[in-house]
Amino acid sequence: MSELPEDLPRAHHDMGGVSKFMCEAVDTSRHALNDFDRTVDALRGLLGAKSVMSVDELRRGIEAIPEAEYHRLSYYQRWIRSIADNLLARGVLSEAELRAALEDV
Amino acid sequence: MFPSGQRVRVKFDWPETRGACHIRTPHYLRGREGVVERHLGRFANPEDLAFARPAAQRDLYHVRFEPPAVWTEETPGDVIVVELFEHWLEEVA
Amino acid sequence: MNILQTDSQKLLDGVLALLSHKGIVTPDEITARIASTDAASPAQGARMVARAWLDPEFRALMLRDGTQAAEDSGIPMRGLPPLGVLENTETVHHLVVCTLCSCYPRAVLGYPPFWFKSAAYRARAVRDPRGLIGEWGTVLPAGVHLRVVDSTADYRWMVLPRRPAGTEGWTADQLAALVREGDMIGVTIPTIP
Repeated sequence: MSELPEDLPRAHHDMGGVSKFMCEAVDTSRHALNDFDRTVDALRGLLGAKSVMSVDELRRGIEAIPEAEYHRLSYYQRWIRSIADNLLARGVLSEAELRAALEDV
Repeated sequence: MFPSGQRVRVKFDWPETRGACHIRTPHYLRGREGVVERHLGRFANPEDLAFARPAAQRDLYHVRFEPPAVWTEETPGDVIVVELFEHWLEEVA
Repeated sequence: MNILQTDSQKLLDGVLALLSHKGIVTPDEITARIASTDAASPAQGARMVARAWLDPEFRALMLRDGTQAAEDSGIPMRGLPPLGVLENTETVHHLVVCTLCSCYPRAVLGYPPFWFKSAAYRARAVRDPRGLIGEWGTVLPAGVHLRVVDSTADYRWMVLPRRPAGTEGWTADQLAALVREGDMIGVTIPTIP
């Protein structure tokens, strides 16, 4: 096997050993979470605790974000997108009522 | 159930190419041989949990691998240890 | 436009308003959840490490059953993923990564740090781990083997680092103050300042 593992049809979130990141420095500085981050994190925790949505469903929804957007969105921006995706898929929210709610906020 | 020390091979399978899926077996291990370090317990299959489907309990193992030979950055003797579910592993004689 | 491409803050506000209206998640619950999540910090893991350095029985428990050791340290683990503890020795050093997402021992260390979630960390940890920890200035002594633990499934992993030389006679509080977040993931090694 002379080809690199990444030459096989991996998904974009599956990043172990991928060459394009090998020369990328790691930002080791501390980044404080903002209110948006904390709120999304808390929402996910509550939806899990209430068995509305599992962490596995969160991950599936994150992995479903197209690659370019996945890299452009922040960590918790991916989360809220996946949460909304899952709540719609499960019928907890309908798209019509979410659209209406987005008009109001 | 695999005993500690059992040589196993990770299935060379690419569900990613067959439609929507959620898998916890990293691409860089597909088709590679490793050694079972220990059984970690039984857990609901995440491949079903991710779609809110009924999920069977599956054996989970800690499996040790040498880094892929095509990666040249490693130091000899360094290893990678990964949690893998039974249905991704095949016994190597 | 795909509704999911709505501005993230707006999407959050809309989802929260609807969930509150439906009685699924209330604003008070969000506030309480943030407070309890904020309370988890690397200081908790550091206390476990210091106790393991001082108490061989607790050390044995921690390595055998990290979840129980955390419970015994006053950290509620019910309903959370099991905690596995990786012991660094004279000849073995551990480094934890999650190449698929960002699995992190949040119960004992709090929110995962920014770097742990980054593409560079996730990609490099399994392929160039020594170069990676070099970004923290960490160099492993000759003869130390590195075990990279890719946290792919149901466990959450923390590293039990080695107690630094020169800390003989120190109290648990003094020892815990030495232990940093990165020491318990394996990117750094505890040292006396």
